[in-house]
Amino acid sequence: MILVIAEQRDGKLNRATWETIVGAQQLAGISEAPIMVLVPGTNTAGVAGDLAAAHVGDVITLEHPALEPYTPDGFTATFHDAIGQLSPAYVLLPHTYQTRDFAPKLAARMDRAILTDVTAVKKAGEQVAFVRPMFQGKLTADVVPQGPPPHFVTFQIGAYRVDQVAKGAAPAGVRALTVTVDAAAIREKPEAPFQQAKQAVDLSQAERIVSVGRGIKEQANITVAQQLADALGAEIAASRPICDSGWLPMERQVGSSGQTVAPKLYVALGISGAIQHLVGMKGSNTVVAINKDPDAPIFEIADYGIVGDLFEIVPAIIEAVKA
Amino acid sequence: MKIAVCIKQVPTRDWHPRLNDDKTWIREQDASFEMNEPDAYALEEALRLKEKHGGEVVVCSAGPARVAQVIREALARGADRAIHVEDDGLASADAFVTSAALAGAMKDEQFDLILTGLQSDDQGFAQVGVILAERLDRPHATIIMEVQVAGDGARQEPPSQRPPSPLHVTPGLRVKRELEGGWFQWVAMPLPAVLTIQSGINQLRYATLKGIMAAKKKEIRKAAPPSAASGGSAPKQKIVSLYAPEKGKKTQIIGGSPAEAAKELVRRLRDEARVLA
Repeated sequence: MILVIAEQRDGKLNRATWETIVGAQQLAGISEAPIMVLVPGTNTAGVAGDLAAAHVGDVITLEHPALEPYTPDGFTATFHDAIGQLSPAYVLLPHTYQTRDFAPKLAARMDRAILTDVTAVKKAGEQVAFVRPMFQGKLTADVVPQGPPPHFVTFQIGAYRVDQVAKGAAPAGVRALTVTVDAAAIREKPEAPFQQAKQAVDLSQAERIVSVGRGIKEQANITVAQQLADALGAEIAASRPICDSGWLPMERQVGSSGQTVAPKLYVALGISGAIQHLVGMKGSNTVVAINKDPDAPIFEIADYGIVGDLFEIVPAIIEAVKA
Repeated sequence: MKIAVCIKQVPTRDWHPRLNDDKTWIREQDASFEMNEPDAYALEEALRLKEKHGGEVVVCSAGPARVAQVIREALARGADRAIHVEDDGLASADAFVTSAALAGAMKDEQFDLILTGLQSDDQGFAQVGVILAERLDRPHATIIMEVQVAGDGARQEPPSQRPPSPLHVTPGLRVKRELEGGWFQWVAMPLPAVLTIQSGINQLRYATLKGIMAAKKKEIRKAAPPSAASGGSAPKQKIVSLYAPEKGKKTQIIGGSPAEAAKELVRRLRDEARVLA
C-alpha cells in the first residue's frame, strides 16, 4: 500500500498534496499497490471529501491535539503510531518546508530510508527507482531506497501537475483513524506564523520580469538589470543570494522562500538555476536565460538562451529593443 | 554555551561535473572543493552566539582526508577546535550514515547547541541535522533565520547535579523559522537542541591573517566512523545511475556576437513568443 500524507491546515489544503497524489498514481502504476491518503490535523472533513475525488483506495482522517499547532515532535509521534497501524510499503509527502522539518525525524525514528526532493518515479530492472536532482541540479540521480519498508519519499514542488490527477469513477471511502500520543511530550512551542513586511510588490501579477542572480557580481551592477527591466516594461526580481546580500529587497526574491511567479516573459540574468529558484518561476510562459556557463541548469528550462557575458549582452538587448 | 557546527565540503559552484566509470558518482579528482554555503552561515551564527554568551565553538565534519581544508578554514574564522570523522566512504554517504558518524563523535561532548546548514549543495538531502536531532534525542527546528538564547544558555553541570531551585531558569532557545512565501514563525524550545541554519541569516566574516596563523595551533581530533555495533548506520539509499539532466524544453541557444545575439533574441521574443510589443 502507498500512503500519501496530505498537508493541510485547519481545512485548507496545500495544493502540493495533489501533485504528490499524481506521483503516488505513477508509483502505483509500477508497483501495482493501492493508494491511501491520510489527512492529518483539525477540521479535516472538507479536505478529505475533496481528496476522495482522486482515483485512490481510501481517504483516512487523523485528528489529534498533538497535530495542532504543527511541531516536529507532535507530527513524528503521531505518524509513527499511524504508520505502525497502516503498514504501508511507501509513505509519500510533498517536499514542503513542513515536510523537511519532520519527515527525516520520522524516518530516523523508524530507521527507514527517506528520499527527498524527488521529481519522478521509474522502473530500474526489477526495482523501483526515484529520480532526484543532485549537485544543485547539475546532475540527476536514479536512487533506490535500501532496507525494509516503509520507504519515505518526498516530491519536489512542481514535479507533477495538479491537473494530471486521475479522478475516480466514484468518490473514495473516508474513514477516521485514532492514535495514542502524549501531547505533553512535545518540546517545541511554536508561535503564530507572521509575514515580515507587507508585500509591497506583487510579482505574481507581473507580465514581464527581469531577474538577477550571482552572475551580476556586485551591487552597482543592479542598474544594468534595472535598465533592461525599464526597456522591457518589466519588474525587477532576484534569486536568494542577491536578496541575502541586501542588493535588492527581500520582497523581490523569486523562489521557494520568496514569491512564485508566472509572467509571460522571465529573463534570468546570471542565474544558475538552483532548484529553490526554479520552483518559483518555472510556470513562466517564456524563459530567457543569459549565463556565461553553458552547463548552467537554467538552460534546461529556458526557451531561449544566450551563452556569454551578461555585461556585453544586456546593453545590446536594450539597444535592440529600442531600435 | 558549548556549540557544535557541522560543516561539509562540497564541489565549488563553477565546477563542471564529470562522472566516474560506473556512472554512480562524480570523478572527485576533477573537482575543486569549498565549504558548503549554508554551513558557513551556521558557523558564523555559532561564532556570534559565542561572542554574546561565551563558551566554545567546535567544528565537526564527516568526510575523507580532503575535508581538512574546510576544517582549517573554519578554525581560521574563529572556531576553537575541530572533530574530523575521517573515512573515504563518507564522501558519498547518505544522511543516515553521515548523521551516525557525527553523532558518534559528538556523544561524549555534551554540546548545548548543534548547528548545521539547512542542506548541502552536493547531494542536497536536507536531512542530516534533523536525523542527528532524533539520534541524540534533542528538539530541533529547521531553516532558521534568527537565534535568541534565554537564560545563560549554558549547562554548567549535568541537570542531575544542579541544585534544585524554583527560580532556576530553564536554558532555552527562541528561533525564527522561515516558512514558504515570505512567512515566518517563532518557535521556543529547551536546550540542548539542534538547528539547521538558512543562508543569509547573518553577514559572513572572512579569515584574517592572524586567524589563519592561530588555526595552525588549534586541535583537530580525528575519529573513525562508528561500526554497525556501536551506532553506525547501513546506507539507506543507493545511487544506481547518475547523469546529466534531461532537458525539459527545447532550448534555442542563440549564438553570434553580443549585438547579433541580442538582435535575434528580441526578434524571436517579438515574432515567435510574442511577449514583447
